[in-house]
Amino acid sequence: MLPVERREEDFGDKLGYARAFAPALLDPDRAAPSSVSGPNGKAARKRYNVYRNNVTVSLINALAATFPATRRITGPDFFRAMARFHVRATPPTSPLLFEYGRDFPEFIERYEYARSMPWLADVSRIERAWLDAYHAADAEPLAPQALASIAAERLSDTVVTPHSATRIVRSCFPAVTIFAANRSDGPVGRIEATEPEDALVTRPHLAVIVRRLPAGGAVFLTCLIAGEPLGAAAAAALAKSPEFDLPANIAGMLAAGAFTAIHQGR
Amino acid sequence: MNEVATRPNSSASGTPRFPAHPFVGLAGTSLKHEHLPAILADGTQAGFFEVHAENYMGAGGPPHDVLTRMRRDHPLSLHGVCMSIGGSQPLDKAHLGRFKALVDRYEPALVSEHLAWATHATTFFNDLLPLPYTQATFARVADHIDEVQERIGRPILLENPSTYVIFPESTISETDFIRGLVRRTGCGLLLDVNNVFVSTANHGCSALSYLADFPLEHVGEIHLAGHAEQADDEGDLLLIDSHDRPVAAAVWKLFDMVIGRCGPIPTLVEWDSDIPEWPVLKAEAASAQAILDRHAHSLMLGKAHAAR
Amino acid sequence: MSARSIVSAAFVAAAVSTALASYAAAAPMTEAEAKAAVAAGKEKCYGVALKGQNDCAAGPGTTCQGTSTVDLQGNAWKFVRGGTCATLELPGGLKGSLAALTRNVPK
Repeated sequence: MLPVERREEDFGDKLGYARAFAPALLDPDRAAPSSVSGPNGKAARKRYNVYRNNVTVSLINALAATFPATRRITGPDFFRAMARFHVRATPPTSPLLFEYGRDFPEFIERYEYARSMPWLADVSRIERAWLDAYHAADAEPLAPQALASIAAERLSDTVVTPHSATRIVRSCFPAVTIFAANRSDGPVGRIEATEPEDALVTRPHLAVIVRRLPAGGAVFLTCLIAGEPLGAAAAAALAKSPEFDLPANIAGMLAAGAFTAIHQGR
Repeated sequence: MNEVATRPNSSASGTPRFPAHPFVGLAGTSLKHEHLPAILADGTQAGFFEVHAENYMGAGGPPHDVLTRMRRDHPLSLHGVCMSIGGSQPLDKAHLGRFKALVDRYEPALVSEHLAWATHATTFFNDLLPLPYTQATFARVADHIDEVQERIGRPILLENPSTYVIFPESTISETDFIRGLVRRTGCGLLLDVNNVFVSTANHGCSALSYLADFPLEHVGEIHLAGHAEQADDEGDLLLIDSHDRPVAAAVWKLFDMVIGRCGPIPTLVEWDSDIPEWPVLKAEAASAQAILDRHAHSLMLGKAHAAR
Repeated sequence: MSARSIVSAAFVAAAVSTALASYAAAAPMTEAEAKAAVAAGKEKCYGVALKGQNDCAAGPGTTCQGTSTVDLQGNAWKFVRGGTCATLELPGGLKGSLAALTRNVPK
């Protein structure tokens, strides 16, 4: 059931004109509402279609702006068709358009015409994380000296606070390489990637960065983001990936600016 | 210049964080981030910039960095698009809170919103949708304007819509509806001259009579933009408020007439799709500025004569 | 803590001091080097910062306008291949492998 069909008392709507006007905006099979017309009794079909068109096109454009690499991979026509289905099924619920598209990666995963591009959903997940990082609150990244100031025997219990821009996107596909190759306007050469790739997306200052994580890196960072101490996060990463390199990962997370503060554990 | 309450009470806003740049009689443009390098390379602009409030409602990042820098050197107009003041359901309190936070943070010279709605139930449609003009909708819209103004601590400018349909149930004309809102709420008006041209053409009435009925003395800002031409079901001309091309000659004429009647009012040239290079938009604003200056000059001459 | 905390405090402390030493020694890559490294699939630790190339993409903005672009209103649609997907070559049976698409990724 579409949200616009929910009962009026849920939203304090006592007047009804919006309730009559709204349902056909995203449903091309519905007729224009009988509550509107042209002047002097002229028909309102094409006139109402202007609103239908504004809503559909502007929301498709919003998805295109959030997912430029996804659009480049599929081509604009494919993307518009895919986005149109999504816009109609899952229109935004917030007036902040940069929040829109959170369900789009799952939609892509299920979209039958995209099945030949099984990595497409993960590329779109990186793009969604990119926009979150872009709008996230500003914060100074953790200075390496902060870690140096902690007594050696306490380091294992140390907990770090993630930057509000920090996101981890895991993929069974070379999603980071595909994302990077398609996010710009430059030529895309032949990509022959085989390895699964996990992404770290963050924004230490003003520019969003996307980094490919080494083995175990995603588990390590995910544990740290969840508030686990350094020692436990390292243990979890080692358990999943024996080749996990702790010094390199600590250096990497500092260089990426993925965290903002440090606290000594319990 | 009209005497419209657009500035906050100095006591309510505390110590200003930004300079209060003069904006009377200035032309301005929409601020588009793709123009930023060209604008900065161009040196400080004489005009003002307008932004859509919703695009700056994120927590941080480049949007706030850009807006802070631009606000330091220019007068700013904060233009809300999604408040749904014309909606039939209560205002979104969280959204209103975000709007207030922006007004407090950036101390804009001008604050405006639309006589339209964009959200119904839980769906945000991202378009400025129309409403019937009746006693019942009047009361609802007036309450919404009161609520916004109370929350942000200053009056807003309400923009007349561009519309493509009419509601046969309407019992009040758009200009009477708007005049009544000004009287009831103390809000000012943002007169979008292109919207007047588009709506009156679409509804087979005269832009001149619309402007004659419009409470021009309460206009605190003017919008100009380009429109596209399509056809309605009967094959007649249907204008689309598309903001994707230069301002039409007929709209420039109406603007000239309005300024001749009201004096120089801050005027914005909007351009939101098929955005041209910065010099093209800057030239549109310069055309508006020339008209504003011409009328300011004759107004001054008139006053000088009167003083003799 | 759980049974998996097999990492000793001394191990972590040594790792931190190595990390801080390598951090101080590492010179940031230039953008060109970074792109070359990505192209060659060579970057290892924390990849390279893929920035600069996407700063212009700022996500969607609101509109206060109608659009003169007319969208197809029907649902009828057929597949049109027009993007860069044709240049992607994923050996190892990844292409088309829906089975690999489970979201509980742990490796």
